[in-house]
Amino acid sequence: MPTDAAEARRAGGAGAPGGLRRGFPAGRAALVTYLMAGYPDRERSLAALRAAAAAGADVVEIGVPFSDPLADGPVIQQAAEEARRAAGGPFGLAETIALAAEFLGEEGCDGPPVALMTYLNPMLRLGLAETARRAVAAGVSGFIVPDMPFDAAGMWLEAAEGLDTVLLAAPTSTPERLARIGAESSGFVYCVSSLGVTGERSELSEELAGYVRRVKAATDLPVAVGFGVGTPDQACAVARVADGVVVGSAIVRLQEDAAAVAAFVGSLAEAVRGARQRCP
Amino acid sequence: MPALAALASGFREAWADPAFRGELDALLRDYVGRPTPLYMARRLAAETGLAHVLLKREDLAHTGAHKVNNTLGQCLLAHRMGKRRVIAETGAGQHGVATATTAALLGLECSVFMGVEDIRRQALNVYKMRLLGAEVVPVSDGAGTLANAVTAALRHWVERVEDTFYVLGSALGPHPYPLIVRELQSVIGEEILQQLAERGMTVRDVDAVAACVGGGSNAIGTFHPFLREVPVGERPLLVGAEAGGEGVDTPRHGASMTRGEPGVLHGHYSYLLQDEAGNPLEAHSISAGLDYPGVGPEHAYLRDAGLVRYEPVTDAEALEAFALLCRTEGIIPAVESSHALALLPRLAEELGPRATVVVTVSGRGDKDIDVVREAGLGAD
Repeated sequence: MPTDAAEARRAGGAGAPGGLRRGFPAGRAALVTYLMAGYPDRERSLAALRAAAAAGADVVEIGVPFSDPLADGPVIQQAAEEARRAAGGPFGLAETIALAAEFLGEEGCDGPPVALMTYLNPMLRLGLAETARRAVAAGVSGFIVPDMPFDAAGMWLEAAEGLDTVLLAAPTSTPERLARIGAESSGFVYCVSSLGVTGERSELSEELAGYVRRVKAATDLPVAVGFGVGTPDQACAVARVADGVVVGSAIVRLQEDAAAVAAFVGSLAEAVRGARQRCP
Repeated sequence: MPALAALASGFREAWADPAFRGELDALLRDYVGRPTPLYMARRLAAETGLAHVLLKREDLAHTGAHKVNNTLGQCLLAHRMGKRRVIAETGAGQHGVATATTAALLGLECSVFMGVEDIRRQALNVYKMRLLGAEVVPVSDGAGTLANAVTAALRHWVERVEDTFYVLGSALGPHPYPLIVRELQSVIGEEILQQLAERGMTVRDVDAVAACVGGGSNAIGTFHPFLREVPVGERPLLVGAEAGGEGVDTPRHGASMTRGEPGVLHGHYSYLLQDEAGNPLEAHSISAGLDYPGVGPEHAYLRDAGLVRYEPVTDAEALEAFALLCRTEGIIPAVESSHALALLPRLAEELGPRATVVVTVSGRGDKDIDVVREAGLGAD
């Protein structure tokens, strides 16, 4: 059962100007792009973020560099290591929020809403309340925390007033858990497309449509699918069944070169926008 | 999460099933060689200034360490839950060897994740795992040590959760692992209590019980029965020795309870060595088995509740204790266990010459011979 607080959060997230839901347009699927903060260095990560936004990203996820990324595949893991090395000093959650503030300052309220993807320990280290305070001040709309199951999310959800918290559903989630994930999530629900870590896969699961239908039945929030989507064709196929497509590793791979990011995100955006008509 | 929920209910059912417990007990007796002796170390006691020192000889368990108590229980559980394949992580290699051993016994396919640095340091155990039919998967992330191997194993488990059982090696990780490992290792403390009684001693005759703490599985297995069965007023002092490395005032140590801050790693909330951004730090210890930046969450609770005391022991102190046990008793202990042995002179000073101390010797030191030789022991 959704709690009153969860209802209020969802209402706030959906209607507030900073809410992630704003990135999900009516009538077509949204393109959610993931980029690693500080990779290959701070300036070029900022340039890549700008390029992704200009090329048609509807929601931007900014990854926080972390040394033990349990849910991430090799591309994102290596980018995180490189970002920390390139900074030559601390580059973690606080620095990522500052980077997001700079990006959002330029984009204004017309740009895509931003979600931070981080692990739980950097948030605990900065302090949950302080994390939320800084993120709200920066104009960040929400958080995705892959190692924070909703059973353990209570303290954060209390601190995260004004921010969306996107919860993750997995193909192995039971109907009871899907119902709770759907009820407690805000902004959107993140469907992990297949078991395992982030990274492109050659084949998307054939059962994807059925799985997305099950998640959609458990929530009235947009449902975005990520983990394993790496080409415009795959993005198109996913966009036909889901409300959003998350692309991460395939973009991070290009992050050194903002022009390459722009071209690739442009092709993804085109594929996602045309998906409801047909896929290439 | 569904995998963890299935594991929790699978363990609960198995633990309540007399047939499962009977099979485990029979294998612990006939295959592992339990009970391991509680040995009265007279010359060691005299050297350290104590009246009596009793050594719980986990080094005499099959595969040479307490690790096998845990892997046998978990592999039996994997079998019962219909998994045909197990994976494990290992630092010093003891948990990997124990997992490969019990997987072979039960006919399970086995892959062991190990950091490349640990593969280099523990070549003999790598070879043993391969002889036992296990695949050793090198992990080159980060420092190439235990924490990286745990991360890699967890990530792999998420991908292969349908047919694979993760045999976690210490009393840490997400629930129910700390509980499972504690229950399986509690055989150590249960035997100590029983063996004291067999000697005509009561628990009141024991002044302190010591064990080393990396993740903390042998220590929780040693302490838990005392915490569960002995009233506070009669309970001996319980002391855990953690890796002081080159000193807790240097950056090179593994003393997460002395120098760590609360944090989350590998699915549990406990004390953690971490930098200002919340990244876990590399731990250092002369003992690969204590080379982990965190500690099992129940130890963090026991510390905060004042039920167990934890003290750092440096590499140098551990080596001294290693040498002392070799010379006085003819027992070559693991360098991990030597950390617990190094508490003996301190306890003698604190408790006086009439005191009796029980120490768990968690494993034997064959695997550490190169490390202690490089450190200069026995050179003259």
